[in-house]
Amino acid sequence: MSSSSPLRTPLAAHLSILFSCAVLVAGLGTFSTSPGPEGAEQRVSFNRDVRPLLADRCFHCHGPDEHDRKGKLRLDRADGPEGAYRVRGGKPAIKPGSLEASAVWYRLTTDDEDDAMPPAGSHKESLTTEQRDIIRRWILQGAEYEDHWAFVAPARPADVKVANPRWSSQPIDRFVMWRLEASHLSPSARAGKRALIRRLSLDLTGLPPTLGEIRAFLASDNPADYERLVDRLLAKPQYGEHMAKYWLDLVRFADTNGIHHDHFRDMTPYRDWVTRSWNANLPYDQFVTDQLAGDLHPDPTEDQLTASGFNRLHMIIDRGTALPAESFARNVIDRVTAVGTAFMGLTVQCAVCHDHKHDPLKQADFYRLFAFFNNLDARPETGGRGGADFKRGLQPPYISFPTARQSTTLEELRAKVSARGSQVKRLKSGLGKAPDGEPKRELAKKLKEAQEDLKTLKRKQVEIQGSIRAAMVMKERAEVRPAYVLIRGDYQTPGERVERGTPSFLPPMKQKGDTKTRMGFAEWLVSREHPLTARVAVNRFWQQLFGVGLVKTAENFGAQGEWPTHPDLLDHLAVSFVESGWDVKALIKQIVMSATYQQSSAARPEIFEKDPENRLMARGSRFRMDSEMIRDQILATSGLLNSTMYGKSVKPPQPPGIWKAVTLPSSYPRTYSPDHGDKIYRRSVYTFWKRGMPPPQMSILNAPTRESCIARRERTNTPLQALLLMNETEYLKAARHLAASTLVDARSEKDRLNLIYETITSRVPDPVESKALLELVREMEAMYGRNPALAEQLCEGIKLRDGQSGSELAAWTMLVSTVYNLDITKTRE
Amino acid sequence: MHRSFDEYNRLQSRRQFLKTSGVGLGATALASLLSRNDAPLHGTDHPPRAKRVIFLFMAGAPSQIDLFDYKPNLEKLFKKPLPKSISQGQRVTAMTNGKTQLVMPSMFKFHRQGQNGVHWSELLPHLSALADDVCVIKSLNINAINHDPAKTFFCTGAEIPGKASMGAWLSYGLGSMNRDLPDFVVLTSAYWTGGTRNVQGLYSRLWGSGFLPSRHQGAAFQAAGDPVLFLSNPKGVDADVRRRMLDTVRKVNRKHHAEIGDPEIETTISQQEMAFRMQSSVPELTDLSAEPKNIMAMYGPEVEKTGSFARNCLLARRMVERDVRFIQIFHRGWDHHSILPKQLRGQCFDVDQPAAALIMDLKQRGLLDDTLIVFAGEFGRTVYGQGKLKRDDYGRDHHPRCFAGWLAGGGIKGGISYGETDDFSYNIAKDPVHVRDLHATILHQLGIDHERLTFPFQGLDHRLTGVEPARVVRGILV
Repeated sequence: MSSSSPLRTPLAAHLSILFSCAVLVAGLGTFSTSPGPEGAEQRVSFNRDVRPLLADRCFHCHGPDEHDRKGKLRLDRADGPEGAYRVRGGKPAIKPGSLEASAVWYRLTTDDEDDAMPPAGSHKESLTTEQRDIIRRWILQGAEYEDHWAFVAPARPADVKVANPRWSSQPIDRFVMWRLEASHLSPSARAGKRALIRRLSLDLTGLPPTLGEIRAFLASDNPADYERLVDRLLAKPQYGEHMAKYWLDLVRFADTNGIHHDHFRDMTPYRDWVTRSWNANLPYDQFVTDQLAGDLHPDPTEDQLTASGFNRLHMIIDRGTALPAESFARNVIDRVTAVGTAFMGLTVQCAVCHDHKHDPLKQADFYRLFAFFNNLDARPETGGRGGADFKRGLQPPYISFPTARQSTTLEELRAKVSARGSQVKRLKSGLGKAPDGEPKRELAKKLKEAQEDLKTLKRKQVEIQGSIRAAMVMKERAEVRPAYVLIRGDYQTPGERVERGTPSFLPPMKQKGDTKTRMGFAEWLVSREHPLTARVAVNRFWQQLFGVGLVKTAENFGAQGEWPTHPDLLDHLAVSFVESGWDVKALIKQIVMSATYQQSSAARPEIFEKDPENRLMARGSRFRMDSEMIRDQILATSGLLNSTMYGKSVKPPQPPGIWKAVTLPSSYPRTYSPDHGDKIYRRSVYTFWKRGMPPPQMSILNAPTRESCIARRERTNTPLQALLLMNETEYLKAARHLAASTLVDARSEKDRLNLIYETITSRVPDPVESKALLELVREMEAMYGRNPALAEQLCEGIKLRDGQSGSELAAWTMLVSTVYNLDITKTRE
Repeated sequence: MHRSFDEYNRLQSRRQFLKTSGVGLGATALASLLSRNDAPLHGTDHPPRAKRVIFLFMAGAPSQIDLFDYKPNLEKLFKKPLPKSISQGQRVTAMTNGKTQLVMPSMFKFHRQGQNGVHWSELLPHLSALADDVCVIKSLNINAINHDPAKTFFCTGAEIPGKASMGAWLSYGLGSMNRDLPDFVVLTSAYWTGGTRNVQGLYSRLWGSGFLPSRHQGAAFQAAGDPVLFLSNPKGVDADVRRRMLDTVRKVNRKHHAEIGDPEIETTISQQEMAFRMQSSVPELTDLSAEPKNIMAMYGPEVEKTGSFARNCLLARRMVERDVRFIQIFHRGWDHHSILPKQLRGQCFDVDQPAAALIMDLKQRGLLDDTLIVFAGEFGRTVYGQGKLKRDDYGRDHHPRCFAGWLAGGGIKGGISYGETDDFSYNIAKDPVHVRDLHATILHQLGIDHERLTFPFQGLDHRLTGVEPARVVRGILV
């Protein structure tokens, strides 16, 4: 937003408008609004107040899409022959300053059914009285149009004046405070140290703090401790894994192709690259560039090539089903859609078949983008079942990374194969010449041995070759493939030819050589002038740390997306992010160092009622953790977590048979064969992800299928989630593991309970909690004592120590499981 | 108005819904409603004719030419090329592309059944006997020519993944009618008389909630093990232990709620209680021990096998009795590119008797009137053959331009056939019914105007029937 934006003028007035609308719609009736000057009409902002109304009710027929435009009128802009100020039949659609002269005002307010807008058949609701009032004031105030806020490059916002400057001097906090004061709210107290270390650890690494970490943090009262903790957590390798989890949703990373047979494919080197990049704090602009066009660097590194695998993450069909031309179009559309969602927060896919209904994106614009991504030097479908690639889950082009050992072994094998090969040849010819008798039999025996050995060697060779990791990458064909507008999105009906290019409502793209390239596109995306890239990125990081973004529709910054709750704050973050050299860790640090972030999340019920999603941030956010974090927390706190990083996906146990309904007899793999050993305790980011049936431990808790790009997960609370946490056998085994580890010495009941409770929740139980939980243990012990067979079932596979009873372990296992099922355990507070 | 708040109001929480709708409730009643998640977000637009739907999805695409669309004149055209005037250079699959298209008549006999003499194939004797309860549609059509996009379209109204499925829309729009079971249950056959040669994959997106809140997604019952994932207590935990443990969980959660103030904790408590109730309601649902022998026998011998289509039909009836809103049974294995006669026989054996039993069983309980049964695959099959091209051994390729299915109950006219195709069952000659028309009709029978049941996502008001025009097929309604 430019600093001249009308937003800056009496802000209280804006807020009151915003919230009076919100209140009317949501029925909240709660945010107190600050009064404007008595009697004065509050200033309406086109972008914030008017555009959403027009977009919802009018743009379908009077918007950017020429094809569906009625009455030669578009209300998304003022000027031009069809713009809102145009005069028709002597009357302008909108006449600034005059309701009577504005045809639109008549249409919106008339009772005449023939004239009323939106028309009866459109299923669009008429404007409410309050909404009409917004339009009324807007027209009277001059019907000023503004460019859509998100399409104007962010500028560093001016500081705001707050009544209570003592809370914090940090920019983030001042913007938040400014808004709180306007709503007559005040921030909450700082959260306790236990809550803070738990919050920070979960947010930055996806794992709860260990007891040692908690104790160390509590032990000192140095004000610098918090910052040290932040630095320490950002430096942990688990930070990169946790950040990768969010990124993998965004780019639809998975371990299968997603269509038809839904065969295995291996993109895991890309995942490793993402994790390493977060950990190395690769500047975000490079992070984006390498993914879009890493292959087009002059002398690309293996990392840059691996990163370009971003362009290969789309779903892909297997050979022999759909017509290749159709699959080709689908793949490219999917690729472009991903770029739109992940980097620009735009729903470009809306323009596949027609001009975008709400944003100024022409259908041809979509295909100009298409032209950057239609030149992959590969078939549009997976390879056949034959050959080593199929089982390795690879489709060319790819690059291989043999380890030193694999290279040496292969080298040795090659030599051996060659030697054995010549020996076989020699023996064969010798055998032919040899006379019958003992020597000949001897020779034959030798030949057979040599042949068998050769076979074994060759098998080994294939085996090793198959185990070499390889990354699918992007590779441009030598020639540029022409691109056409696909009429109605149909690959069979190409229309006008289009050249590579970017939408005209965004800053122009510089061209270096003869043709525009993907690299040029990537550079355009991360250029300072681009209004979307930085905003969209910082908003997602904010969402990760507060549960909801400053723009809630993290995937859509277009006209139908949500207006930011704190536009200045968003721009402050975006600008400082770019100025810092796209330094992600610095940005995250800036956010978590704010007083806003450090507030306590406990509040009076009416505060939750008033602002359930905590959009104004008068308290710390509180939200249910993602599936991966919930599982990883169970593994970490029970002591089972295997913190090995990187590599191929692993298969922790799933309920048997759940792939049955979704695989074909010829799908590879057809059945889910769980791994064994400590592989099954790896972090969830490494769990094998089949698009046709994602791991239920993840999907039940709202993890997406990874068929399309998801910028924010939904967060529901369902009985199936309750069943998962209660009954998942691996989770119960983890509970038993933790229980058993607390029963090793002669601790008191109370100490055991404290240890368990603190390990899992980072809190110490108070007397009420202790009493309830200890009562449970005692009763459980009695119940299992009466039913030793049941206790035995629970302890199956565990060797009890001398003198230990099964009922004791069973009872404590249920205690641990109880703590795992508490709301505070699955919630980041 | 601001999208966020609008959306919020509709999705986020029952609390706001109740407030805006002016329902004044005490905290306790509110808490119990919060957990119920049952207030409809849309409600009906007109009086419904049906309350529930059973969708028998024949995944793989059964041959309409061999089952419903009788074309006696093809007999004399055996292995003659399909006239260009008929095929009109239409899009074909990669399997047929560039090959000659030779006409392959059906080897099966057809008989006129019921008062109006509707043609039924000899492969469906049990269903034929109920001809007067069933409406056959011969003019279904869809755009997609390959299984995956066609199934995705049939189940979600769009070829591209990410949209909400039929059952999710109904759960979202109408809310639930029962306390202890999901609104939308999916059953998939795991047993085939004729083997698994043509059994293809499914995708959870076919019963997914897409952009709708995920609680509306179908609960896929498993054929083996727990019907609902993680339903059973693990080994070493019985119902008493579970109850006692949940009492403590609730007690501590309540305490935290008092301290923290977040109403979400109350929701967690009620969902844990619902989970506990499901631990008995679902086993009660799937326990067939109290079903009388004669009822079991109606569904045929396969009903004894867990995971059979017959067993799933019986389960569907039990779900209808318990007011599950939408039940979708997937029976795969209809993709007969070769050895169609033999394979089709096996498939029909699997579904004919159980589907007929389902109709009769619902009818005798007075439940057919307000339960709509739909039977269809994702597309049809071509008149031209594939595979061996013998009179009694042939196959057929995918054919989206016309195909057949049937409906029964729920305010649908029985004993009729709707729509006609040309002499080759290749093009529609009269009364086309696009799959989106079928969607509109299903919604209509449940009291919903398909143009009004919408959900805002990524800047569009999405609906099951999409943006292309769709119409209710009035001609098949009572």
